[in-house]
Amino acid sequence: MYDFLIAPFVEFGFMQRALAGSLLLSLGACPVGVFLMLRRMSLTGDAMAHAILPGAAAGFLLFGLQIVPMTIGGLVAGAIVAIGAGAISRFTVQREDASMAAFYLISLALGVLIVSLRGSSVDLMHVLFGTVLALSNDALTLIALISAITLVVLAIFWRAVVAECLDPLFLRSVSRLGPPVHFIFLGLVVLNLVGGFQALGTLLSVGLMILPAAAARFWTARVGPMCAIAVVIGIASCVAGLLMSYHAALPSGPAIILSAGAIYLLSTIFGTRGIFNTRVRHHRHRTA
Amino acid sequence: MADACLRFHDLTLGYNSHPAVHHLNGTVRTGSLTAIVGANGSGKSTLMKGIVGVLKPMAGSCINASGARIAYLPQQSELDRSFPTRVIDLVTLGLWPRRGLLGRHTREDRDKVVSALKAVGLEGFENRALDTLSGGQLQRTLFARVLVQDADLILLDEPFNAVDARTVGDLIELIKHWHAEARTVMVVAHDLDLVRTHFPEALLLARQPIAWGDTREALSTKNMMRARRFDEAWHEDAPWCEPEDHQHDHAGHDHHGHHVEEPASQRPDSQVA
Repeated sequence: MYDFLIAPFVEFGFMQRALAGSLLLSLGACPVGVFLMLRRMSLTGDAMAHAILPGAAAGFLLFGLQIVPMTIGGLVAGAIVAIGAGAISRFTVQREDASMAAFYLISLALGVLIVSLRGSSVDLMHVLFGTVLALSNDALTLIALISAITLVVLAIFWRAVVAECLDPLFLRSVSRLGPPVHFIFLGLVVLNLVGGFQALGTLLSVGLMILPAAAARFWTARVGPMCAIAVVIGIASCVAGLLMSYHAALPSGPAIILSAGAIYLLSTIFGTRGIFNTRVRHHRHRTA
Repeated sequence: MADACLRFHDLTLGYNSHPAVHHLNGTVRTGSLTAIVGANGSGKSTLMKGIVGVLKPMAGSCINASGARIAYLPQQSELDRSFPTRVIDLVTLGLWPRRGLLGRHTREDRDKVVSALKAVGLEGFENRALDTLSGGQLQRTLFARVLVQDADLILLDEPFNAVDARTVGDLIELIKHWHAEARTVMVVAHDLDLVRTHFPEALLLARQPIAWGDTREALSTKNMMRARRFDEAWHEDAPWCEPEDHQHDHAGHDHHGHHVEEPASQRPDSQVA
């Protein structure tokens, strides 16, 4: 048991770093994912993850596989897409799903083009799927910083983020915070995706954001506990994924996301608000 | 005038350069209880959005000189009923004007929320999830939030829609209670009997203001007929409204008559409070 569960993390430095990185990532990304899901923007997370690609690729093209330029590039690209799509949906007739789709498609095509200009398909694989088993100190520091920023910002703006999800018109009638909060939130999404792509790549970093959140929805009917449960599920997925990766020599990113996927599927069935409890079990009803 | 809660100066609100509220002038007295009446598309909800500031005027202004705190219950709430939260949390949002983003919710605040729920007859609903409420229960929850907001000016847009007779009665009592507390209340309503029975003042809209003042006079047969003649559709190529058009306009002119301006008896200011 010890050999299977604990030893890999004790004996190998790269496993410790992978564990630390993915745990820190869960701490910030999972609560953000909960709000993304509750705002019906789950697929927006996916789109944003693609949107980061050209920035990261441009950093890669200019400086090679280096964390700082790739991160800054990703942040800039993500910010342009988030602000561009958000602004178009706020100031024109177009809804955010369409403007977001337009922006991310442009962005993705640009990203693939940039990578193909210089890199090989191996490089593209790195950017797309990440390398959690090769996290540098810089990357760890960056992820820790991003998690800390995310948690602090969420704590400060909690009421506004909840109000903006629950009743945006009400928030607009009592405060000017509505539009800024939307963009602050999108900023957190970008930040966490950029943090995630070091470890999991742009394609899978959104998985750690959305899957634990989607799974947590089946366990509670309150948003605060939902965030906490999402973090726990995120952490469990990371540990399980890394162990699978270590023992079965699987790629770590997909292993983590598939673990989260398994927890999601189990939650849909066995969660307190899952299929079993809401559809199958309750044949009896109470008196009126 | 010290007791003016809101002042409209030539207020024009609308969409895509077509006015939905056209050249509204007048004053809403502090402590008045006004029904806003008119057909669909006559500008009632638009006026409320203009007062709250969600919609910016195309011309003129709406001045809240006294800095009255506004509570607004929209007709088409953007409320997400599937959001995982409890009745009590939704009502607690009403503390926002007082506590803002970071202010601590005190014990008194919590008591206030609980007593607001009690006042709307939802005692024991504190921990219920929003998606388990009936339409009327949700409406009462939103009234409880308005109660908690403790606002000087309360705007309710068709609050009696899809609400049963008993709940309408309860909500009317709340509105009267606010009126008795000298809060200013404006309510969009379609039920004319209800308006005539409970609302001392009425504003009749047909995109143009038709009449405003004592309910019986404002909703006279003559005025109702005039309001009914308004054309609900926009004319895409309607001529541009020039400023002098409405300055020289007079009663009897159907399309641009600003009858709120005309007979003294219909002016809200001239009424005995």
